[in-house]
Order: sequence, then structure tokens, then C-alpha cells
Amino acid sequence: MKHVKTLNTQTLNNTVKKGGCGECQTSCQSACKTSCTVGNQTCEQKR
Amino acid sequence: MIHQYKNNGYNIVLDVYSGSVHVMDDICYEVTAVLNEQNEEHTEESLSGPGVTALLEKKLGSTYKKEELMEALSDITELVREGKLFTKDAFENMIEVVKERKTVVKALCLHIAHDCNLACKYCFAEEGEYHGRRALMSFEVGKKALDFLIANSGNRRNLEVDFFGGEPLMNWQVVKDLVAYGREQEKLHDKHFRFTVTTNGVLLNDEIQEFINQEMDNVVLSLDGRKEVNDRMRPFRNGKGSYDLIVPKFQRLADSRKQEKYYIRGTFTRQNLDFAEDILHFADLGFKQMSIEPVVGEESDPYAIRKEDLPAIMEEYDRLAKIMIEREKCGKGFNFFHFMIDLDGGPCVAKRLSGCGSGTEYLAVTPWGDLYPCHQFVGREEFLMGNVDDGIVRPRIAEDFRGCSVYSKESCKKCFAKFYCSGGCMANSYNFHGTIHDTYEPGCEMERKRVECAIMIKAALLYDKAE
Repeated sequence: MKHVKTLNTQTLNNTVKKGGCGECQTSCQSACKTSCTVGNQTCEQKR
Repeated sequence: MIHQYKNNGYNIVLDVYSGSVHVMDDICYEVTAVLNEQNEEHTEESLSGPGVTALLEKKLGSTYKKEELMEALSDITELVREGKLFTKDAFENMIEVVKERKTVVKALCLHIAHDCNLACKYCFAEEGEYHGRRALMSFEVGKKALDFLIANSGNRRNLEVDFFGGEPLMNWQVVKDLVAYGREQEKLHDKHFRFTVTTNGVLLNDEIQEFINQEMDNVVLSLDGRKEVNDRMRPFRNGKGSYDLIVPKFQRLADSRKQEKYYIRGTFTRQNLDFAEDILHFADLGFKQMSIEPVVGEESDPYAIRKEDLPAIMEEYDRLAKIMIEREKCGKGFNFFHFMIDLDGGPCVAKRLSGCGSGTEYLAVTPWGDLYPCHQFVGREEFLMGNVDDGIVRPRIAEDFRGCSVYSKESCKKCFAKFYCSGGCMANSYNFHGTIHDTYEPGCEMERKRVECAIMIKAALLYDKAE
């Protein structure tokens, strides 16, 4: 495409089928403890 | 739903329901805006309609030639065909499934010590006491907590336990004993404990460091940044600052972990709205993994973030993002927790819809074994869920937390960042609105800015590589 660069190859929809295993980290256990940041976590299956 | 913004010279378009992120040239960016104004859910068919070309010529014909507009429209149509632009919400109907899901407990925040050797002015734990009394968790209570976690974790293999406080190093023998007990139990139950500890570093020594490195998956080191900033908010009880004692210990610990699996974590207040300087100070001290968060406080607190501080905070995040790109390019990069974003390997939709997990998957345990939805609710009797002896005795609280999501909160519905924060912190909502089913708007504004900056950094580094 001449006018667009897309930064990611995956879409959220692709995660519907395989997702939901629940093995990922709980968000507040990392470095926040006073806010909620889920989107910066990595999927456990892709670790 | 799409979100368009310009940052640091990049035209960025986020397609909210596919999670796709596009960097566009000026013409394509403007064409996208015109199309979005016309119809937020354009399809391949609607884009090929006769009205579209006429609309684009009418709105943008004085700036761009018709062929150029058609070329941009062709790229946009391709994105729509691939499900990466103007994507419809396909997740709202999943929310009932998420609400009804059976959850298991997978993480505990163990309040190993409701006591502290510092007297930080902004501490939500009130110098470790959490609206209660000073106390240390006994091994017996901790053991029951680990047993409770194993028994309530279903098929979940990875279990997280954070040793929190107050200051956990004030009850270190119990921490060591509980880790040993956990290691013994994980073999018997085919589980894997990921232990973490959050410390102010005052009691950190070589022996503790060695144990942390052997057993702790992650360690959070509390420091606010520059000496004067840290010492103003994080003094000892006698008023003396803590910076000089702590910094060398943290530097040693971070190096001994090869600058991985730790965070140096600070809090910024309205007294250091130039907090990027504190992040850079961390970097200058040699730290590579860092986090600085806005303080949580009552509006009457002199240090609390006020609405009028937000423009300065937004500018500071922008400034930090630009500096981080420069540092990365010259090989001096570092990781800022709130600008981390994994556009390809990030959390699945189910995780994004279910939020932080407090009250369901994540619970806090007090020194005497009471269970609360998370560490920030400890001491608020209306949120007391049960205890390690009897388990959850007030399941209605868990139900309430389980039902809380981006689709249950009115203010999340129109927000582009909802799949990144997953509805925000329920404790923040409760503190400001008396309900967990709302949002803390200044927190939301900051989160939106952080998401924008995180995406811009990705774009800048990708373009740099391409060049």
C-alpha cells in the first residue's frame, strides 16, 4: 500500500478462538498496583 | 470505531475493534477522517457507492487531485476488506460469556507485613497499617493462604504470589518459609508458583538479594526518582530522606539480575509534574526497567493530581516518549512500563474484556488471613470477602467484580483505549465515585495519552528501521 503502513499483523478477532486460557499474569502483579494496564501484557502462549 | 491522532509527526489511526494500528500519509489520514464522519462502520460496499467519491472531492478536492483521492480510497478499501479499518464491534455479545465464566483464583497479594520502616506521605496503606493495626503475617496464616490458592486454582498451573506490605522485608523469615512451602506444594499439585516481592529496599542486604534472585520471578523496587523528589515523599519516620541508603542497594540488585525481571517503580505527584526527569534519572543511574505512576490521593491532599494538572502531564508524557526514541536510537534505550505495548502478541480478547481480575482471579490477604478483592480495598469492611480458613463467604462481592467490564461502564463505551486498560482500576473508581462500576476520569485521560505515546514510539522505531 502506498499511503499506509500497518504496525501489526494480528487482529483482536484472531485471538478469540485460541484465547481465554487464563494462564497469563494478573495485571496488578507486575509494576502498577495503583492503576490498570492490561494491554501491555504478553500472552502466555506467545511467551 | 476508529481513533485518529497526530503525534511527533506521525498520523496514526487505531481501529479499535480489530486493534489494528496504521500510520498514514496526510491524504489518506484526511480521507479516513472524512469517511469516518460520514459512516463509522463503512464496508467495502458502502465505500464503492457513488456518494463517496463526490464527498471526497467536495471536502478535499481543493487540496488534492481526484486521482490521489481515489488512490487513498483504494488503500482504505483494502484495509476494510482485510478487517482492519471501520471494523464493527464483534465483542459486545461475548460479554455475557465473560460475566458468566467460571473463574479460578490465580494470584494472591500477601500482605506479609502491615508495618513499614518508611513514612511515605502518599501511602494508601497509611504507613503500612491499612486503616487497621500494625501486624505481621504468621507462617501459619501464609501457609493457609497458599493452600487456599492451590485449592481454588482449578486447572490453572501458573500461580502468582506477591509479597506486599507495608514492607515485606520486615517479615523476611516468613517470606522465606512460605517460598519453601510453596516449592514443596507445587510439586505435589503440579503447579508453578511465580513469586514476586515489592520492597522499599531499606532492609535489603546481600543475603536477601541472593534469595530474591533465586526465587522471585519479579521484584518491584520503590523509588521516586531524583533525590529531592524521593526524599520529600519517602522519608523515614524521623523525617530523614531514604534515597542515599536505598539507591546503591537497588543498583546492585538490578545489576545482579542482569537488568531484567525487576521494575524500579516510582509515584509522581503534582509536586513533580516534570516526572520525565525522574525517569531519566533512573536511566542515568543505570536502571533499564522502570515505571512511574500518578499518585492516588484525595483531592484535598496537597500532592494529589488535579484536573488542571492534566495538560502539563500530557506534555510530559509526549516529551518522555520523544526522549525514549532518541535514547533507543543511540543504544541507550530503556523500558517504561506504561509505554509497553505488544501489538502482535498482546492479551487475547477474553483477557481484555475481563480486566485486572481483582475480586475474582486476584485477591489480597491480610496478615490475619482476611480476603479482599485487591490490596487497595484492604481495611474497607464492606469489601471483606472471607478468610483463609472459611474461604469466600461473601460470593456476592466476587459477582459484582466479575460483572464489571468495559461494556458495563458507560464512559468506556465511546473510549478508544478500552481494550488497553480494560476498564481501569476499580479501586480508583470506588475512591472517587463510591462504586466500582465507574471510571476515574483523570486516570482515563492519562491512560489514553500513554496508549497514544506507546503506539507512536512503535511507529517511530519501525520507520527508523525502514530507513
